[in-house]
Amino acid sequence: MDPLVQVLRQDRGRLLAALVARTGNFQRAEDALQDAAASALVHWDRAGVPTSPTGWLLRAALRKAIDSYRRDTSLARHRDAIALLAQEEAADPDPQAIPDDRLRLIFTCCHPALEEKTRVGLTLRSLCGLTTEQVAAVFLDAEPTMGQRLSRAKAKIATARIPFAIPGPEDLPDRLNSVLTTVYLIFTAGYAQGPQAGTDLCAEAIFLARLLVHLTPHQPEVEAALALLLLTHGRQAARTGPDGLTLPPSQQDRNLWNRAELDEGRSLLDTAIARRRTGPFQIKAAIAALHAEDTAPDWPQIAALYARLQDFEPTPVVALNHAVALAESGQPGPALAQVQALAGVLDGYQPFHAVRADLLVRVGKVEVARLDYLRAIGLAASAADRNFLLARLLALE
Amino acid sequence: MKYMALIYTAPTLTPPMGDSMNQAYFALNQKMKAAGVMVGGDALHPAATATSVRLRSGKVETMDGPFAETREHLGGYYILDCADLDQALHWAAQIPGAAYGTVEVLPLVVFG
Repeated sequence: MDPLVQVLRQDRGRLLAALVARTGNFQRAEDALQDAAASALVHWDRAGVPTSPTGWLLRAALRKAIDSYRRDTSLARHRDAIALLAQEEAADPDPQAIPDDRLRLIFTCCHPALEEKTRVGLTLRSLCGLTTEQVAAVFLDAEPTMGQRLSRAKAKIATARIPFAIPGPEDLPDRLNSVLTTVYLIFTAGYAQGPQAGTDLCAEAIFLARLLVHLTPHQPEVEAALALLLLTHGRQAARTGPDGLTLPPSQQDRNLWNRAELDEGRSLLDTAIARRRTGPFQIKAAIAALHAEDTAPDWPQIAALYARLQDFEPTPVVALNHAVALAESGQPGPALAQVQALAGVLDGYQPFHAVRADLLVRVGKVEVARLDYLRAIGLAASAADRNFLLARLLALE
Repeated sequence: MKYMALIYTAPTLTPPMGDSMNQAYFALNQKMKAAGVMVGGDALHPAATATSVRLRSGKVETMDGPFAETREHLGGYYILDCADLDQALHWAAQIPGAAYGTVEVLPLVVFG
């Protein structure tokens, strides 16, 4: 791999965070890093790759930031900032020795004042070092559309003064949840799509979760979020059969499970639960752990966990999952009643129709079930899901 | 850094501006003043009292009613002086109207 691409891939988040911390401006920091990378392209090609490529980039970016202040019409306002940056640049900073500001950066990127999609985009661009083009591909957006979204977000961060800071203890649980939800969204996007075009979003999400565990130690929700990703990812290879069909968990080949990932997930979850501060990610990870048991899953326990999760996240999707667990625990009647109550809000949601079809079959209403399968097939997002549902429909008497 | 907090509430869903509501606003004002964040703020009469004007081809057009007919009406505002958006949102969430409607927070433009 090209050395510049490699350095940016690995250290872009750290460099960007350091630059935002020093300039107080997301766009200025990103432009400075961009300009520094452009210089590197020329210099490294001519003079060879420096011994500390990251240090070289940081120094160059500090100089570029100073230049950008000097070009500013309100130069007088920036004298102090320029002096500070110049001092630091002259000291030839070691990027590994300066404080890691990535936690502040991720709290800014995942601020609830930004739209969810924007949070995902900014985080992938800033912390994971994806290009705008790669971020756009995640959402099947055109590159300029995503570029505009990211620019607007950076402008809002500066204008509305979204702080580049770790929230205080009062706000921390909510804000941390917003960060973890963003990471989880990145993971689920990758889980649905699989690796593509050089981007493995599941790996990016696991990287972010590991970073958060490292930067915010002793936080049970953070540990549980990483556990959730590992406990899900560890079973991914078994998710589809050789024919490309999505397999129900009961038919998945457990030899394909990644035992190391599952063990690490379980151990992280144990650590988190021992801290005795329950939260939604611990419950979700506990559910994932029950699905990753070698024996058949303990459905009554899973149903109880979903019931508890509804206290934290009273959403229709959680209620749907709760109903599935109830049905698997031998209560298809109450499960169907609960699912019927969600018909209004979840009408466009494929799993809703697949679940209801399955429950209708169980209570002997095969004809109505057929309609739900057809609806679910129409809404299926991937060929694997579509084929799976089709097979279920064709198996009906 | 100054922010404007616009309080939008649906008249049908909001308790009348009675004593307890007045007291809640009064208590918040005291708290904001003590913290040095309150620059100003007012409550507005109902949207039925609004009159809209615009200048078209040099001619003033006057219309009865608010600019847009919406379910939620602008019922009042605060101007707050805060360090950052987090602080502004922290105060905005304490505005009694936030419990019934929506408080929209915008940064004010600083000229010059």
